[in-house]
Amino acid sequence: MNQNLIPTAEAVYRLIQELNKLPGIGPKSAQRLTYYLLRASEEQAKLLAEAILSVKQKITLCSICFNVTESDPCLICRSDQRDCSKICIVEQPQDILALEHTKIYNGLYHVLHGAISPTEGVGAGDIRINELTKRLQDGSINEVILATNPNLEGEQTAMYLNKLISPLGIRVTRLARGLPFGTELEYADDVTLTRAIEGRQEF
Amino acid sequence: MPKPRTYQTEAIIIKKIKLGEADRILTLYAPHLGKIQAVAKGVRRPRSKLAGHLELLTHSQVSLARGRNLDTIIGSQTIDSFLPLKSDLWLTSCALYVTELINQFTADHIENYPLFQLLLETMHRLCQAGDIELVLHYFELHLLDEVGYRPQLQQCVSCHSPLKPVANAFSPRAGGVLCPRCSQRQPLTYPLSVNALKVLRLLQSSDYDTASKLKMNPELSHELDEVMSHYLEYLLEREVKSAVWLDILREQAKQTAPS
Repeated sequence: MNQNLIPTAEAVYRLIQELNKLPGIGPKSAQRLTYYLLRASEEQAKLLAEAILSVKQKITLCSICFNVTESDPCLICRSDQRDCSKICIVEQPQDILALEHTKIYNGLYHVLHGAISPTEGVGAGDIRINELTKRLQDGSINEVILATNPNLEGEQTAMYLNKLISPLGIRVTRLARGLPFGTELEYADDVTLTRAIEGRQEF
Repeated sequence: MPKPRTYQTEAIIIKKIKLGEADRILTLYAPHLGKIQAVAKGVRRPRSKLAGHLELLTHSQVSLARGRNLDTIIGSQTIDSFLPLKSDLWLTSCALYVTELINQFTADHIENYPLFQLLLETMHRLCQAGDIELVLHYFELHLLDEVGYRPQLQQCVSCHSPLKPVANAFSPRAGGVLCPRCSQRQPLTYPLSVNALKVLRLLQSSDYDTASKLKMNPELSHELDEVMSHYLEYLLEREVKSAVWLDILREQAKQTAPS
């Protein structure tokens, strides 16, 4: 766009452009947010700006589990309340939030930061698998729970990890794959139903 | 008469990319519509009715609504989810390789029914026990046929004399085999043994039932890998990403096999 033709102040235009770069925010949403911030108090704008800066400055990856954290090692890795013989392997840090919300799992985590996806050129070396195998070497872990997503990439990653870990004599388990709560059976696909029937349990 | 607003087709899902919060853009390969890109709304939510029917490497019946830019998927029912293939790391990777090649070699909205048939048959073959390397090479050669890059295997591409049963050379640039004399003047050629040439000819000219009787030893298979991967890479002018991954898996299988 020609700079001379922008019908608004340059600072406003700049903020619109920056917000537009965020995922899921189109040009119209970016405009809406910009004009909202324009009307908001300076205090509010400052809080937002500081919050954005502080996530960039304070947050690092835990050197053990690669979760996002303010202190290294992270709260979960440091805690003495947790069962240090289990590691749950997830694709993204957000997955830990979801699992922690259930309050049913009390072991450690390992974040891969991705899943194996050959067509996108993501191989085993591009996600944190080497770091995981290093963690497993000291023999203190007796169970690895594969909690990668139940889609093609996640399944591939899980199968790959299983091949890698089971020769070490560690128990490898996979989260159950079946019907999600609150859905209807008739819409379930073949793969999910097959897994649900195979994995049925005593009532 | 205006086109109807919605339409149905069977298709195989060959690629997916994320869009927005919970949507995906899928690339489908359909028998009469060729390659189509369509938006699948909400399929990344756990309770999506469509998600399971629209996973990669699934043969589905899909309903689409025409959109201004991309069409939107409004319904889907699995025809075949190729389950045996999805429970095996090596086979899944092979199938991803097959679909990546289809995606790379085709343009949007160009009908190619034989190619769809080839894709579907290849997926079924990957689900059955058999020589998987052979399935892949058969697919590669017939794919090249369908998209117009059939390699010349009968005569020298330079001097047009019939090939003699000696070690010849394959030239990706010339699109076929060169006799020993001509190959000296051409850069970037790959040696091609008599047996490898025979196998390529058989794979190219016969149907799968005949070709599947072929027994290949590992060295021969490796030689075909070399020639075909260089030819495909030359044609696409880029690396085939899933082929790199297949090589890694092959390497690992080799290391663990003897122990």
